[in-house]
Amino acid sequence: MHSSVWLTLLILVPAIGALLAAAARRREGAAFAVGVTTAVVELVLAIVVTVLYNPHVANAGTFDFVGRWVLAAPFGLAYDVGIDGISVFLVLLSAIVLPLALLGARDRRREPAFVGWLLLLTSATVASFVARDLLMFFLAFELTLVPSYFLVAQWGGPQRARAALKFFVYTFAGSAFLFVGMLYVAFAHQHATGGALSFSYAVLQGTVLPRSTQVWLFLAFAAAFAVKSPIWPFHTWSPVTYAEAPTAGSMELSALLAKLGSYGLLRFAVGLFPLGLADLRPWLATLAVIGILYGSALAAVTPDLKRVVAYSSLAQMGFVTLGVVTGSKIAMVGAVLLMFNHGVITAGLFLVIGFIERRRGTATIADLRGLQGPAPVLAALFTVVMLASIGLPGLSGFVSEFLVLLGAFATHPWWALVATLGVVLAALYLLWAYQRVFHGRATGPNESVADATHAERWVLAPIVVLVVVLGVFPKPVIDRITPSVQQLIVHVAPAGVSK
Amino acid sequence: MAHLATLILLLPLAGFLIVLLNGGRMSERAIGAVGTSAVGLSFVATVATFVSLLHHREREVTVHLFTWISTGTLRVPAALLVDPLAITMALFVTGISTLIHLYSIGYMHGERDFRKFFLYLNLFVFSMLTLVLADNLLMTFVGWEGVGVCSYWLVSYYFDRDSAATAGKKAFIYNRVGDVGLMTAMFLLFTHLHTLTYLTVFNRAGTLSPTVATLTVLALLLAATGKSAQIPLFNWLPDAMEGPTPVSALIHAATMVTAGVYLLVRMGPILALSSSGRATIAVVGGVTAFVAATIATAQKDIKKVLAFSTVSQIGYMVLAVGSGAYSAAIFLMVAHAFFKALLFLGSGSVIHALSGEQDMRKMGGLARFLPLTFPTFLIGWLAISGIPPFAGFWAKGDVLTNAYAYSKPLWLLGVITAILTGYYMSRLFVLTFRGTERFREVTHGHDPHESPWVMTLPLVVLATLSVLGGVIDLPWIHHNSLAGFLDPTLGYLPSHGVTSTAAQYTLAGVDIVAAVLGLLAAFSIWRSRVSSDTWEKPFFERVWRWDDAYDAVLGRPLTALAVVGERVVEPRIVDGAVVAVAGGVRRSAEGLRKVQSGFVRHYALATVLGLAVVVVYLVARVG
Repeated sequence: MHSSVWLTLLILVPAIGALLAAAARRREGAAFAVGVTTAVVELVLAIVVTVLYNPHVANAGTFDFVGRWVLAAPFGLAYDVGIDGISVFLVLLSAIVLPLALLGARDRRREPAFVGWLLLLTSATVASFVARDLLMFFLAFELTLVPSYFLVAQWGGPQRARAALKFFVYTFAGSAFLFVGMLYVAFAHQHATGGALSFSYAVLQGTVLPRSTQVWLFLAFAAAFAVKSPIWPFHTWSPVTYAEAPTAGSMELSALLAKLGSYGLLRFAVGLFPLGLADLRPWLATLAVIGILYGSALAAVTPDLKRVVAYSSLAQMGFVTLGVVTGSKIAMVGAVLLMFNHGVITAGLFLVIGFIERRRGTATIADLRGLQGPAPVLAALFTVVMLASIGLPGLSGFVSEFLVLLGAFATHPWWALVATLGVVLAALYLLWAYQRVFHGRATGPNESVADATHAERWVLAPIVVLVVVLGVFPKPVIDRITPSVQQLIVHVAPAGVSK
Repeated sequence: MAHLATLILLLPLAGFLIVLLNGGRMSERAIGAVGTSAVGLSFVATVATFVSLLHHREREVTVHLFTWISTGTLRVPAALLVDPLAITMALFVTGISTLIHLYSIGYMHGERDFRKFFLYLNLFVFSMLTLVLADNLLMTFVGWEGVGVCSYWLVSYYFDRDSAATAGKKAFIYNRVGDVGLMTAMFLLFTHLHTLTYLTVFNRAGTLSPTVATLTVLALLLAATGKSAQIPLFNWLPDAMEGPTPVSALIHAATMVTAGVYLLVRMGPILALSSSGRATIAVVGGVTAFVAATIATAQKDIKKVLAFSTVSQIGYMVLAVGSGAYSAAIFLMVAHAFFKALLFLGSGSVIHALSGEQDMRKMGGLARFLPLTFPTFLIGWLAISGIPPFAGFWAKGDVLTNAYAYSKPLWLLGVITAILTGYYMSRLFVLTFRGTERFREVTHGHDPHESPWVMTLPLVVLATLSVLGGVIDLPWIHHNSLAGFLDPTLGYLPSHGVTSTAAQYTLAGVDIVAAVLGLLAAFSIWRSRVSSDTWEKPFFERVWRWDDAYDAVLGRPLTALAVVGERVVEPRIVDGAVVAVAGGVRRSAEGLRKVQSGFVRHYALATVLGLAVVVVYLVARVG
C-alpha cells in the first residue's frame, strides 16, 4: 500500500500551477512556462503512480494509495482518495493529455487565463478519478464544468457562446439527477444502519437496496453520465461543442471529460446498483449499439473534420458503454482499456486537425484537398492515429475494441454482431474523410500548406508511440486492469454478471 | 529452428525499420538493396526452416514469442506455428516477394515516393508472413488486416489520382466487410471452445454443435470472399489495378488474395464438421470462377483481364477447398503464384515499354521488340491456359479431378471456365504480342525497348518455375510430394477416393481439349480484330453490373439515410427533443426567467448556492 500523498500531489500540483499561471501576467510567455513545468511534474507524478501501483491490492478488494480525512463528520463530507486498476490509467491519461494540449495547441490570446483553466481542469479531472467518496466525486465532477465552459466560450470558434452554454446547461441538468440520487443513497444507508451520514463508496457499496429502487437510482446516475460520455441520444451537445472548442478544449473534452461519464457509469452506477443494471442492461446495450451505428453514419456525412471526430467519439463511446453494461469480464476489461486508448487516439486526431486548422484556418472538409502532396509527414502522422481509431490490429484501438466485442458476444451475441458492423463503418467514414482531405491534387491555398514542423512532430510522437506499443504489448496495462475489474464483478455478480 | 522461424518474420520488419528510420538519407539504390535483401534473407531463413522441419520428428512446432493479450479466460500469445502448411506458404511468399522486390527496383526507378513504396512492400511481406505463420486466429488477423492496409496504401500509391484514391479505399472497405466474418468466426469459436489457438481449436472442435460449426464455416467463407475477391465481395480487385504493376503481381495475384484460401485450408478441421458449409464454399468458388472468366473475355485493359483471371483462378482454389481437396487448392495456389506473377510482371514490362499504356487496343506486334518478355509471357500464357506440361495443367487438373469426384455440375462449370480461360488469355496474348503494331502513337514512333535486367531476371526465374512447377505434385507421386508433405496438417478429411487411373487420364484429356478449344477460338476471332461488339459483351465488360447494383441497393440508399440523419433526425428530432424539454422547463418557470441569464458565473453561483442549501438541509437534519 502506498501513501495517498501521491494522489494529493496529483490534485494539488495542477491547482497550484493554475494559480501561478493566472498570476503570471507580467511577462509574455511566463504563464506558458509555468504551465509546461506543471504539466511535466504532473506527468512524472502520474507515471510514478502508475508504475508503483500494485495490482495485488485489488485482489484484496481494496484500492492503492488510499487516504481518508473526514472534513465535516455530520454532513459526511470527506476527502477520500485511492486508485485501482480502473482509475490509474485515467489519471495517467489526464497527465498525458495536458502537456500535449499545452504544447500542441498553444493559444497566445490571454495566455495566463488559458493555461490556468487548462491546469484547473486537469486538477478537477484527476480529483474525480481518484475520489472514493461520492460527494467528493460530485464536487470535482461539477468543478470540471467551469474551466471547460470558459475554454469553449472564450477561445472557441464563431458559435462558441451558444456551444458553451448548451454544453453547460445540458451537463448541468444531467448532474441534477445524479445529485438527487446520491443524496438518496446516502440517506437510505444512514436510515438502514442508523450511523453517521456517509458518502463513502466503500460504505455505500454495502447498502442493499430493493431492486426497483436500484433501477431508479441507476437511471438517476446514468442521466449525468449519459450526457457526459455521451450515450445516444444524449449527445447533441457534443458535436457542436467539440467543433467550436479550441483544439486544447476539444482534446480535454473528448479525451477526458467523456471518460468521466463512462468511468462514473462503471464505478458508481454499475458498482452501487448492480440490480438496477441487471434490469436495464438490454436497454443500455441497445442505446450503445444505436450510438455506434448512428455516430458512424453521421460521421460519414458531416461536413467538418472536428465533427467527424465528435461523431466518431459517439460511436467509440458506444463500444465503451457496451463493454461496461454487458458485464462479461473480458468486455469490461476491454471497455476500461478502450477509455484509455480512445483518449490517446482522439487527442491525437484533434491535434492533427488543429495543425490543419492552424494552416488553413478551417476544418471544413470541402475546403481541404490533396494535403498529402505538400505535407506528407502530417499525412503520415494522421494516418497512424486514424488507423488506430479504425481498430487496425497491431495498434492500440484494436485490442480494446476486440475485447469488448468478444466479451459482449458471449452474453449478447446479437448486440455484439451489430456493433461489429461499426468496425466496417469506422473504416468507411475515416478513410473517406482522409481521402477528401489528403488525397487528390492540391490546388489553391492547399497547395502551399507547410508540412509538420519539428515541434509538431515531437508533440505527436508520444501518441504514435503509445498507439503502437499498446497495440503490440498491452500486457502491462491489461494486467493492472484485470484484477480490479474482477473485484468489481465479484461485487456485481449476484446481478447475473459472469466470467 | 525456433530462431530460424523467428528470423523469417523479423527480417522484413528489420528492412522496414531501417528504411523508415534512415530512409531520408538513403539513395534509391541503397533502399532497393536493403528492401530486397531483407526479403531475400527471409527466403533463405524459410528454406533453412523447411529443411530442418523435414528432419524434425514433430511436424508441428510452436514458437512462443511473448504474451500479447491475456485476461479472464482469453490467452492470446504472439506465437508462431511452423508446420508444413505454414512453411509451404512462407516459401512461395518470400520467394516471389524477393523476385518482385528486385523487379520493383527497375520498375519504380525515379518515382516520387520510391522509398515509401519499399517501406510498404517490406511491411506487406512482414504482415503476410505474420498471417501464415501465426499460431492463433487473432494473430493471423493481425497479418490479415496488416496486408489489407498495405494493399490500401499501395493501391492508392498515386494518391493525387482520384481513381487510385477511391480504389484503395474500396479495397480496404470490402476487405473490412469480410473481416466481420473473421471476427464473427473468432467470437463463435472462443465462446464455445474458449481458445483461439489453432491446435487447441482443432483438438476441441469435436464439441462444437453442427449449427455452430456451420455458422463458423460460413463466417470464415465471408472472410475469404473479402480477402480473396470472391462473390459477393470480388469487385474491389479489378479496381485495385490502380496500384503499380509490381503490387498487382505480388499482392493482388500471388500472395495476399490467396490468404482467404489459406484461412479456409488452415481451418480444415472445422470445415470437416459442416458438409453444408463446404458445399456453400464449393458453389461460391465454382460460380466465381465462371463469372470472373466471362468478365475477363470482355476487358480491354491488359491488367483488368489479368485481375479477373486472378478472381477466376482463386475461384478454382475455393472450389477445391469446398470439394475437400485442400492440397489441390494449395497446389494451384503455388502454381498460380508462379504463372500469375509472371504474367503481371510481363504485362508490367509491356506497360513499361509503352510508357504506361495499358489498353490492349494500342498494343499488338510486340513479340519482336521484347526478346525476353515475349517468350516468358508465352510460357505464362500456356501455363495458365492448362497446356501440358506446364504447371497450370497439373494444378488445375488436380482441382478438376477432385471437383469431378465431389459434384458433376461443379466439375462441368469448372471445365467451361477452363475453355474460357484458354480463350481470354489467348485473346490477351494475341492482342498484345501478335497482329499489327498499334503502339506507334504511344511511343511517338519509336521502337519499344526491353526492360533492364532487374526486371527481366525475375521473369526468367518465374518462367522456369511455371514450366517446372508441376513437379511439386505430379499425380503419380502423390505420397512423396506436396500433398504428402501437407498431409499431416490437412489429413483431416477422408479423400473422396476418386477415380481409377483410366478415369484420371480421361479427365486430363478433357482438360486439354477444353484448353485447346479456348485457344483456337481466340486465335480465329482475334487474329484479325482489335475490338468486337459480338465478342465483347457490354454486360461482361461492366462486370455483370455488379458495382451498379451495389451502388443502387446499398451505396446510395445508405448515404441518403445518413444525410437524412445528419440534416433532419439529429437537429430536428434528437436535438429537437432536447430543445423542447429545455423550452418547456423555461416556460414553466417563467417567474425564474432572470436566472436564465446565460452568464456562467450565475450558474456557478447557483451551483454554490444550491450546494449551500443542501448543506444547510443536511445540518438541520443531522442536528
